[in-house]
Amino acid sequence: MDLSLPLKHWDMFAAGVWMTLQLTFLALVVGFCIALPSALALCRGSRWSPLIRSYVYVFRGTPLIVQTYLIYYGLGQFEWVRESVLWPLLREAWWCALIAFSLNSGAYATEILRGAIATTPKGELEGGRALGLSEPQITRLVLLPSALRRALPQYGNEIVFMLHGSVVASVITIQDILGAGRTLNGRYYVAYEGFVTAALLYMAITFAIVFVFRQIERHYLRHLNIQPATRKGIGPTGVGALDPAAAR
Amino acid sequence: MTRLLAAALVALAAGHAAAADLRICVEGAYPPFSEVTPDGNLVGFDIDIAEALCSEMGKSCEMVQTEWDGIIPALLERKCDAIVASMSITPDRQKVIDFTKKYYNTPAKFAAKEGAGYEATAEGMAGKTVGVQRGTIHHDFMEGEFPEAELKLYGTQDEAYLDLQSGRVDAIMADSVVIAEGFLKTEAGAGFAFFGPGFSVPEYHGEGVGIGLRKDDDDLEAAFNAAIDAIRGNGTYEAIQGKYFDFDIYGG
Repeated sequence: MDLSLPLKHWDMFAAGVWMTLQLTFLALVVGFCIALPSALALCRGSRWSPLIRSYVYVFRGTPLIVQTYLIYYGLGQFEWVRESVLWPLLREAWWCALIAFSLNSGAYATEILRGAIATTPKGELEGGRALGLSEPQITRLVLLPSALRRALPQYGNEIVFMLHGSVVASVITIQDILGAGRTLNGRYYVAYEGFVTAALLYMAITFAIVFVFRQIERHYLRHLNIQPATRKGIGPTGVGALDPAAAR
Repeated sequence: MTRLLAAALVALAAGHAAAADLRICVEGAYPPFSEVTPDGNLVGFDIDIAEALCSEMGKSCEMVQTEWDGIIPALLERKCDAIVASMSITPDRQKVIDFTKKYYNTPAKFAAKEGAGYEATAEGMAGKTVGVQRGTIHHDFMEGEFPEAELKLYGTQDEAYLDLQSGRVDAIMADSVVIAEGFLKTEAGAGFAFFGPGFSVPEYHGEGVGIGLRKDDDDLEAAFNAAIDAIRGNGTYEAIQGKYFDFDIYGG
């Protein structure tokens, strides 16, 4: 191990980190925008349901690297794709990666949100109706705040998976963190330096995401009493102590 | 059930530990020197040369297909004992591994769409997107001599062809024989052509293509060198060359 190599090329890795964060973040945002309406539509049995279900089935059923390859190398094989108005976008590896990652993340997030929405306690919705709220109001004020909170832990996982999945970008010529590591390995004919540096960077980003999500969960899931007792001598504290279910 | 599982594991493990005298790292995505046929066999000039050298040395050899950008580490980590993968003998690589004498030598060239009218100079290629295989002499050569060109790095040469076809790169830079035999002469290469001269700059391109070996393997190096001389002398080399090329690729 020669740690001076990654240090000497820190700018290459910095550019890689920026590329990875950019692709991961944008893919998650687009994916979420696909997932939210899709999950609601699925739960309501809309007429789009079969279409959404096949989309989720295809993108969860195939590996991300295959999806990315098909969009990047596959679409470019067709004359009519190359002639189309979309080619200026599809010509760029960056856009192909973003499209593949977004569709992939969208499929997983749809499933996460669908699960969270489907398990919303009936009482919450009935409470909303009893208050005379309209259906859109119930969705906005009761269903989504409750479901999105409960989806948080799983969605945090999805973010970490997306980050790790983004290494696929390096096989379609994008210089992300792994791409920088491979270039370093290729340049100096070493096996570990580039990969170890890449691994450490991915790990640091993952820990940052996990930390942030722990804070968010602590804030938004207080009512579910998932925190362990913290204050000494008082024993189980908070809502749980008053929960009649806990007394049984 | 447990016994069945154990037996299956043993069988699987045994399948991966074939005993051969030498393990040779080859690449498999660099036609006509090495490629994988649709039914999964490794074929090509490199493969034939490796097999000829092995039988000349009286050793049994196993081909280990390895990613190009991990091929030198694979040798150093003893995943294989020699690299026969069209690897050019360059001063940079010689810092890490040893080479036998060359077994062929061909110049590097640009290729692009026919009639694209590019000029193969640093100014002419400024701002053009050029595809090269990551970690090759062509990668170094482009960075060193064509700093204004925008480089796209590929894991395999075949991927660079795909992007030249789809127009994602304006040109590619690679070994002239590889481009001619692996791309231009195939159906996919219709409408594409070489431009500019053949490049053979010792600083980047070295003195030819040799067999990569670990630095402490002097006996093996001597054996390979003797075997190269032998197949050059007894007509085996010409026979293999004739299978792939209609010209002399050994070079002067």
